[in-house]
Amino acid sequence: MSRIDATFARLRTERRAALIPFVTAGDPSPQQTVPVMHALVKGGADVIELGVPFSDPMADGPVIQRSSERALKHGVGLRDVLASVAEFRRANGETPVVLMGYANPIERMGLAAFVAQARDAGVDGVLIVDYPPEESADWLAALDGSGIDPIFLLSPTSSEARIELVSRVARGYIYYVSLKGVTGAANIDTREVEAMVKRIRARSAVPVGVGFGIRDGKTARNVARVADAVVIGSRIVQEMSDAPNDAVARAEAVLREFRAAMDAAEAIA
Amino acid sequence: MQGNPPDWAQYSLPDPRGHFGPYGGVFVAETLRAALDELTLAYAESREDPEFQRELAWDLEHFVGRPSPIYHARRLSEQAGGAQIYLKREDLNHTGAHKVNNTVGQALLARRMGKARVIAETGAGQHGVATATVAARYGMECVVYMGSEDMQRQAQNVYRMKLLGASVVPVESGSRTLKDALNEAMRDWVTHVENTFYIIGTVAGPHPYPMMVRDFNSVVGTECVAQMPAMSGRQPDAVLACVGGGSNAMGIFYAYIPQEKVKLIGVEAAGLGLDTGKHAASLSAGVPGVLHGNRTYLLQDANGQILETHSISAGLDYPGVGPEHAWLKDSGRAKYVSVTDDEALAAFHSLCRLEGIIPALESSHAIAYALKLAPTMRKDQILLVNLSGRGDKDMHTVGKASGIAF
Repeated sequence: MSRIDATFARLRTERRAALIPFVTAGDPSPQQTVPVMHALVKGGADVIELGVPFSDPMADGPVIQRSSERALKHGVGLRDVLASVAEFRRANGETPVVLMGYANPIERMGLAAFVAQARDAGVDGVLIVDYPPEESADWLAALDGSGIDPIFLLSPTSSEARIELVSRVARGYIYYVSLKGVTGAANIDTREVEAMVKRIRARSAVPVGVGFGIRDGKTARNVARVADAVVIGSRIVQEMSDAPNDAVARAEAVLREFRAAMDAAEAIA
Repeated sequence: MQGNPPDWAQYSLPDPRGHFGPYGGVFVAETLRAALDELTLAYAESREDPEFQRELAWDLEHFVGRPSPIYHARRLSEQAGGAQIYLKREDLNHTGAHKVNNTVGQALLARRMGKARVIAETGAGQHGVATATVAARYGMECVVYMGSEDMQRQAQNVYRMKLLGASVVPVESGSRTLKDALNEAMRDWVTHVENTFYIIGTVAGPHPYPMMVRDFNSVVGTECVAQMPAMSGRQPDAVLACVGGGSNAMGIFYAYIPQEKVKLIGVEAAGLGLDTGKHAASLSAGVPGVLHGNRTYLLQDANGQILETHSISAGLDYPGVGPEHAWLKDSGRAKYVSVTDDEALAAFHSLCRLEGIIPALESSHAIAYALKLAPTMRKDQILLVNLSGRGDKDMHTVGKASGIAF
């Protein structure tokens, strides 16, 4: 069983939702990336999404754009991201790591070369934001047999046909983008999220994570009641950029805040 | 290239999913997918709708001023000392460039779809002005995204857009230029998708944009096919156009693709020289990759990060290129070359002095290559150059290059 599947299976028996933080590799600094990952686990992360910096992050809001720019200023590329995962794995064999990024850096390395190196580094899943299922034939073929899960997005505007399409190819978990907009935008409607998660579950057996626009414990608690995982990105990245020298401690503190709020929800439910 | 050479007489790309061979496609986050599906459907319907086509034709004639003439540049040809050079006068269009052919089409489509708000990205400001113009014409709210760096370089165009009632939003992310403006416009679109139509200015972006922008600009080549026999007794030996994103080039190439005897030559911006790294020649010096929703040739570093570009002409300053050009290059149907800033400037001055036409610096790249090619050809051969825009907007840049400040 893959690390992602094992994690969700365990959480299901514990009747808890997964907490999935997102941080950009190389931000605030390349030296902090692995310590931040360990801090996130200490703070209560079940899965880590590690952003691969890209010069043109079209689907991201200002917080993650700037984070990507800072990482690129440090010269962080895909090879460095994979090296960080490998280093993290030397001390942590359980927590799944999902890379999240855009197609071009991966295509430049070459799909097959990337998959081989990602597997060796201990990557568990990859979400390529600008690879929808229709354009993913070569990508899925490259992943086949690697043990790395292709993670796909669904959104409030996804039709039944697209939910079906994504369900056929998604492994690990499906990432439901909870609002129209970019990462870090405000205000999500939990009832809409609940309705959509139901529609996705009707077609897919893989867990459904919800992200984009979850900035506080209360929202996370509400989402945790209706979904399998809660993804937190911009809020953590923002906290770390507010205090770059203290990023490791900040990352852990923010995660604890969300973890406590979400676990309180399970106690009620 | 895989398989048999295409039957150019039956050319029908893109395929239904927006692919030109391995290029093009829909490489976008799921959040944009429904909007693109809606647009694809609405565009297909508009092509079959005689009322829409009638309205478009009327506006192209009465608002844009089409058809644009073809002009035989005799003195320029004489100086080149070979083939006869003919110019397709897109510089005579309303707003001074080919860009308005596309913005009229997309604005009419936006209206048909019931979208009251249009957005656009712009680099030099030409597409922004063309969008602000049609938004005023059709009474739509208009927001233009422009890199803050570009806003400083093109202050006059910023003012033009404001005069036309548009708001211009400075983009502070990335390199603060055209590619970042495009990213920001996409982010706006994904956030306001119900009431907003995104008018992309070039033959790039996710399907259906490369096809749709090409189709709206293809009036240029279609007119040439009809005009050339009357002007010169036959079709040209070669058609030349500058290529940044590639909309004016696709506009004049498209009708000629099935006529294999007519060579198609795209001219990219070599900036300070291809070997300096300071250029914008994606097809000549780039590597295929994925950016802005499609697969195409890109200027990128070894890590797959998109590079900043340089050209004296802001309209060619883009690190990608339309996917159909990528396919025309690989398949051999079109040839892509490049000319430097200095060569383009020299051609700019030649056209000013010999023909009384001040060309856009973008178009000057195509003129420059025509001036190189003509002397290698016979006097009875014909080059047709798309003079895609006029140069009034470039006074500041040309003056600076000549050591004159305003």
